[in-house]
Amino acid sequence: MLKVNNISFGYNSEHGVFKDISLSLKPGEILGLYGKSGIGKTTFAKIIAGYLKPDTGSVVVDGETYPFKRRNPVQLIGQHPENTINPRWQMNQVLGESGVFSDEFLRELGISNEWMHRFPSQLSGGELQRFCLARALVPETKYLIADEMTTMLDAITKAQIWETVLQLIKQRQLGMLVISHEFPLLKRTCHRILDFEDLLGKN
Amino acid sequence: MTELISKYLPLKRSKKRNRRKRALTFSVLGVILLLILVGSGFLIDTQGLVVNFDEANSAPSWSHPFGTDWLGRDMFVRTVKGLSLSFWVGLLAAFISGVIALILSLLLLVNKTLDSLVTGLIDLFLGVPHIVALILISFMLGGGLYGVIIAVALTHWPRLARLLRAEIMQIKNSEYISVSRHMGKSWFWIAQHHILPHLMPQLFIGFILMFPHAILHEASITFLGFGLSSEQPAIGIILSEAMGYLSSGMWWLAVFPGLMLLVMVAVFDSLGRNLRKVFDPFKGQKH
Amino acid sequence: MEKLKKIPFSETKEMKSLLEVKDFSLSFPQYKKGFRESYIEVIKDFELTIHPGEIVAVVGSSGSGKSLLADSLLGILPENAEIKGKIYFEGVALTAKRQQQIRGKEISLIPQSVMALDPLMKTGQQVQSSIQNKKEKKRIQKEAFQKLGLPKDTHKKYPFELSGGMARRVLIATAMVSEAKLIIADEPTPGLDEQALEETLTHIKQLSENDRGMMFITHDIHAALKIADRIAVFYGGETVEIANNEDFLGKGENLRHPYTKALWRALPENDFKALKGNQPEAGEVFPGCVFEPRCPIATDFCKKNKPKSAMVNNGIVRCFYAES
Repeated sequence: MLKVNNISFGYNSEHGVFKDISLSLKPGEILGLYGKSGIGKTTFAKIIAGYLKPDTGSVVVDGETYPFKRRNPVQLIGQHPENTINPRWQMNQVLGESGVFSDEFLRELGISNEWMHRFPSQLSGGELQRFCLARALVPETKYLIADEMTTMLDAITKAQIWETVLQLIKQRQLGMLVISHEFPLLKRTCHRILDFEDLLGKN
Repeated sequence: MTELISKYLPLKRSKKRNRRKRALTFSVLGVILLLILVGSGFLIDTQGLVVNFDEANSAPSWSHPFGTDWLGRDMFVRTVKGLSLSFWVGLLAAFISGVIALILSLLLLVNKTLDSLVTGLIDLFLGVPHIVALILISFMLGGGLYGVIIAVALTHWPRLARLLRAEIMQIKNSEYISVSRHMGKSWFWIAQHHILPHLMPQLFIGFILMFPHAILHEASITFLGFGLSSEQPAIGIILSEAMGYLSSGMWWLAVFPGLMLLVMVAVFDSLGRNLRKVFDPFKGQKH
Repeated sequence: MEKLKKIPFSETKEMKSLLEVKDFSLSFPQYKKGFRESYIEVIKDFELTIHPGEIVAVVGSSGSGKSLLADSLLGILPENAEIKGKIYFEGVALTAKRQQQIRGKEISLIPQSVMALDPLMKTGQQVQSSIQNKKEKKRIQKEAFQKLGLPKDTHKKYPFELSGGMARRVLIATAMVSEAKLIIADEPTPGLDEQALEETLTHIKQLSENDRGMMFITHDIHAALKIADRIAVFYGGETVEIANNEDFLGKGENLRHPYTKALWRALPENDFKALKGNQPEAGEVFPGCVFEPRCPIATDFCKKNKPKSAMVNNGIVRCFYAES
């Protein structure tokens, strides 16, 4: 169980302040978080994934709190994969940093063998996002936070990526938080949808 | 730019020649030139260094292309020997300097206190006039080969350290480092795999470009009498000795060694610049 | 001006076109295995016509080469780019020299990022600098800001003082006050939520008043359909179809190309069904149709022969099996 207990955060008014937000995510559950841009969804995602520390409150991952000494069981996938990959590494190095992946798994994610010796600048956003997903989906990962994961992608690539992700989530019984401003997408993918503004408005 | 967008243009080779190729050619030429210089320092017949009053003070000729000095020693042999010595002094000093710069800049990853100490040290060194620091250190260590190398090494790292530090700062804050942290990687691992490979080209080019500085500074403190002792065949010694004979019209004593020093420095400088073009792997692929 | 070729009368269309691109292709040299240069073709046989007052969307996935199209039209390609083909602007050949003269004046760009604003210049000044009528520039800028619903004191502010939405409107204002006849918008709505998207698109649409033509480059077919009259679908460096807005309906029966159909059906609002396979690499060469490897209706014929673009149902399509 991933539990977010009464977290508050605010570094300045422009980046969205929030107070006392709580939610919980069960293994196997796909939870949608809907909200407009610029109201702090990304900050919220970063706190849950341990990239930022909340001012108050806590994030409890299967009974433990941040920071972890080991690999984080909560993995974050953002909107811009190109920023999360070392531009000087070839793609096989990028994957190698995270672990060893079977050919079958990579095929499932639609990663072509030919891309392994490319640099990130030679691949498109959709192709890079598949690599980000692959390296996030190691056995230690229990929860996946997808923050506008497919917003910058065209409709076909978007559908492709979601098809694979949903299947893997189900197979491995991972908990997933889908953060997006696209309501139709959330409706297609999630078991339950929360409105971020409702969460903000509660207090 | 293409002249006429409206015409069918056949695919033709871009007018600019392959830049990487040209840079590489120049670099290889530079390396060969330096190798010849250093190699000949080893191989050259030291017969010419023997004192020979019969041929003292002779102007450049076929048998003595750079002339001879007041002891009849062949100036060409002395110059080549001197340059070769300068090369080794420069190499060692620049190498030590590079290592110091790298280690100090990497302290940024350890903690804030150490980093601000490093920044303070960099500012301190950059604040003191270079030549003064050089003379002080060399003098303190009693001069000689050892003193010169240490002095040059200790005064040349700050600029490179500052550059590397800025570079590390930028990489450290990039998202892919955060991702790596959340994969459970230690800072040591990250320094080894993300940061060092990124710094390598910078470090190498910084090292090559430090070379001419180191050589010139070695020559200058030796010239001023705080460096190598007079029995060493160093360029600085040759030049300072030549000072006394210039007024008597023996121009070749200073002109040829000085010119050769300049050539060596220029070769290093161009080598550094060309290598930068070859090493920048992103210039070629971006469109 | 130097010798600008007029197109023979026989080649002009019934309606005078603002922009006409024909057989346009773009390639780049690439370093392969160290130092050998080879060329990769990123745009192939591109064709598109934009009429005054018309919004044409160019829809393609990231990596399909669509952003380079904007750069080609503006003449701001990197030095090493090689181009061939014909571009006519208002019936006259668009040369590199002419591009330089009219860039920002007759052809204007709305960039993707609000970072394109000069951070050290007040927004009013920035917008005024692209007004040709120097005497009236204050009034024109004021009117544009008003039209876009920007608060009165916006012109006194620096870009960092504006919200993302306001900054985007300032970018649109810059295009609005120029006397540009053609506006190229390169992904002007990156990742905007429904409300912000709606707002931005409304403002962009205002630009096409006064008989201006617009090229709206995007990956988001949903956004494109909101304002564009025609949609050019870009795949593997080629335009596979130019469809009319009203063709995107139901299960996509009125669409001509199988890729367009797949794109339409993949929307979460529709079937959310993915097409297998990956888009072609830049520079990948196909003897036949670019879409053949992923096409559900492809035959052996498609593998060996390149479909030419043809008029089907008032749209243009590059497929042997487009139903008329």
